[in-house]
Amino acid sequence: MQSPTTPQAGRYPAGGLAYPHRDLTGIGQLARHEILYLLDEAEQWVELNRQPKKKTDLLNGLTIINAFFENSTRTLLSFEIAGKRLGADVVNMHAATSSVKKGETLIDTAMTLNAMRADAIVIRHASSGAVRLIAEKVDCPVLNAGDGQHEHPTQALLDALTMRHALGLPVSSDLNGLKVTICGDILHSRVARSNILSLTALGADVRVCAPPALMPAEIEAMGVTPFHDFDAALKGANIVMMLRLQQERMTGQFIPSPREYRHLYGLTPERLAKAEPDAFVMHPGPMNRGVEIDSTVADMPVRSLITRQVEMGVAIRMACLEVLTRRARGVPGWEAERVPA
Amino acid sequence: MIARPLTIIGGKLVLGEGAPVAGSLRCEDGRIVAVGDVTPQDGDDVFDAKGKLIAPGLVDLGVFAIDKPAFHFGGITRAALMPDQGPVLDHPARVRFAAQSGKPDMWVHPLAAATRGLEGTELAELALMRDAGAKAVATGRGWIADSGVMLRLLRYCAMLGLVVVTHAEDAGITGSAVATAGDVATRLGLPSAPAEAEALAVARDIALAELAGAHVHFRQVTTARALDLVRAAKARGVKVTAGVTPAHFILSDLELVGFRTFCRMSPPLRSDADRKAVVAAIGDGTIDVISSGHDPRGPEDKRLPFADAEPGMAGAETLLPLTLTLVRDGVIGMARAFELLCTNPARLLGVQAGRLEAGMEADIAIVDPVRPWIVDSDKMAAAAGNTPFDRRPVEGRVAALFKGGKQID
Repeated sequence: MQSPTTPQAGRYPAGGLAYPHRDLTGIGQLARHEILYLLDEAEQWVELNRQPKKKTDLLNGLTIINAFFENSTRTLLSFEIAGKRLGADVVNMHAATSSVKKGETLIDTAMTLNAMRADAIVIRHASSGAVRLIAEKVDCPVLNAGDGQHEHPTQALLDALTMRHALGLPVSSDLNGLKVTICGDILHSRVARSNILSLTALGADVRVCAPPALMPAEIEAMGVTPFHDFDAALKGANIVMMLRLQQERMTGQFIPSPREYRHLYGLTPERLAKAEPDAFVMHPGPMNRGVEIDSTVADMPVRSLITRQVEMGVAIRMACLEVLTRRARGVPGWEAERVPA
Repeated sequence: MIARPLTIIGGKLVLGEGAPVAGSLRCEDGRIVAVGDVTPQDGDDVFDAKGKLIAPGLVDLGVFAIDKPAFHFGGITRAALMPDQGPVLDHPARVRFAAQSGKPDMWVHPLAAATRGLEGTELAELALMRDAGAKAVATGRGWIADSGVMLRLLRYCAMLGLVVVTHAEDAGITGSAVATAGDVATRLGLPSAPAEAEALAVARDIALAELAGAHVHFRQVTTARALDLVRAAKARGVKVTAGVTPAHFILSDLELVGFRTFCRMSPPLRSDADRKAVVAAIGDGTIDVISSGHDPRGPEDKRLPFADAEPGMAGAETLLPLTLTLVRDGVIGMARAFELLCTNPARLLGVQAGRLEAGMEADIAIVDPVRPWIVDSDKMAAAAGNTPFDRRPVEGRVAALFKGGKQID
């Protein structure tokens, strides 16, 4: 299927060199053109997903296992729909965090999935680096659906694609000069880390905003400007990305109360007015309405991109699954052993 | 059977100061009786060191496991065992058992748990444990958060004449951290704590030790700020000493990239600036002891996501060659290297070893300081191969080892 939005030949390195990795463990492993390649590949799936018939048979006969060691609703659903729309057999494995966290069990589980000859494994785990650990032990492509506080690469990709669409930017364009403010629990957020990596790689000017207790040390080394004052961080912003307060990851008292948090960092209509007049609002979900974001802001028909993010999520995950299974499917130009990350 | 006297000839003696000097050494009844220009007497066993160093056997202050093959490989003849065992060394009977566990060719000096169960609340039976063979008291891998408990502990140990070996990390700040706060931990998304957690703990314990008139030994001081505090306290005459392990003067937190669990340490690896401060502190005498922190851990503890893995490294085999890198780099001389590895730890433990002097136990290592070899985690003598120095070429190896005047095979 050749879509009009598919990038022209010659824009990227030929064949498998366009994405010379077996896995997608993080944005940190990707070069700028590899990020753009995945975004461009997703465009065709955005189109397909808007058709009444949303199914292809590209991945017929392949088995994709979604192994989620941490609770998830939307990401799991999004990966499941993505796999099914590509024609793959999708199996979901839920493992209660407590029962698999300890001992060799994690590796053993990975080896079990591997022995079942999965063609791709999608993993979410509560511990940073867990996905990479599994990737080292299995023979098939591994997709990171979130590992601890480390990375959530498909979220960053879908966010970049959402921005590109909202701003009406053409295929293959980056986000050069875009001012993005990410506000919330940066410390505990893998979404923030992956977004910082992808947005800075695509040329955006990224500000991060959080109270001191929720701001990671030396975050400026990642090429972003840190703020504690939300109003200052919003000045001139084209995109305001709010993060959820990850209360389940907080071992101590990071903030006095949700009410006080809202007072300083809640995105209210008045606050949003301090950003650029046409600034867009994003949130990876699930939202704590009335805490980090007001309902009036979250539900703004044009400026809130929150449901658009979910839509782009399916397309991005289709693109990632399709690209990562090309070797298994013998797509011409993708047979060769790839250079490791 | 009474061992015959032993004379080691043809080596270079590592003495208290200066470069090693050509000489020989004679032992009788397990003790050194003469050092210098000694000739073997009739009936002596004679060992020819063939130009290698004749050095005291290493005294490893603060190991987590008794791992004789690794200790002997590394030239270690005495090891002070941390109380963090299962069960904790907080009872005289356990201390007595541990003290016997390595004999005859390896002496284990148990460190008594400062508090029951190492929980930091109630003092353990320290005098009974001392008399059962504990050579010092240790807080284990944890910090005693309650300053009142710490003060009572230090006062009591001052009376008993026991050194208190402490772990210097303010647990309120470190929490569940597994890395030092900074660029690397932020990128990897690892729970981290500021390096100042160490300086805070060191500052408090120095103040309390000064108040109590106790001798406090920080098993590992790994940051510039904490080392400054130790340096200043020593200048004031406080009875404070400091140790470190080779990981903290060779590696920095950059090693964590790739989530390498063999680099998960307690305290965690620090920034490169702190690493350099540790090297400087070894050079200027602020650091008194280099130990291995030997803690062999198999895949069940290490082949895990970084934050879920246990801390620690198998360090006994690499302790000597990694310390000798400081000699090669000109940071310290050969005599000082063995002072850090043998003399000072023996003095802290109050044992008659760690020096080549008449009257000392004849614990002797014959060391080839330039023999090259490559660390290989698959072929270690230790119970497990969890070394962050895998595949590293090093120099310096023990050619022969004597415990109490008897050669160890």
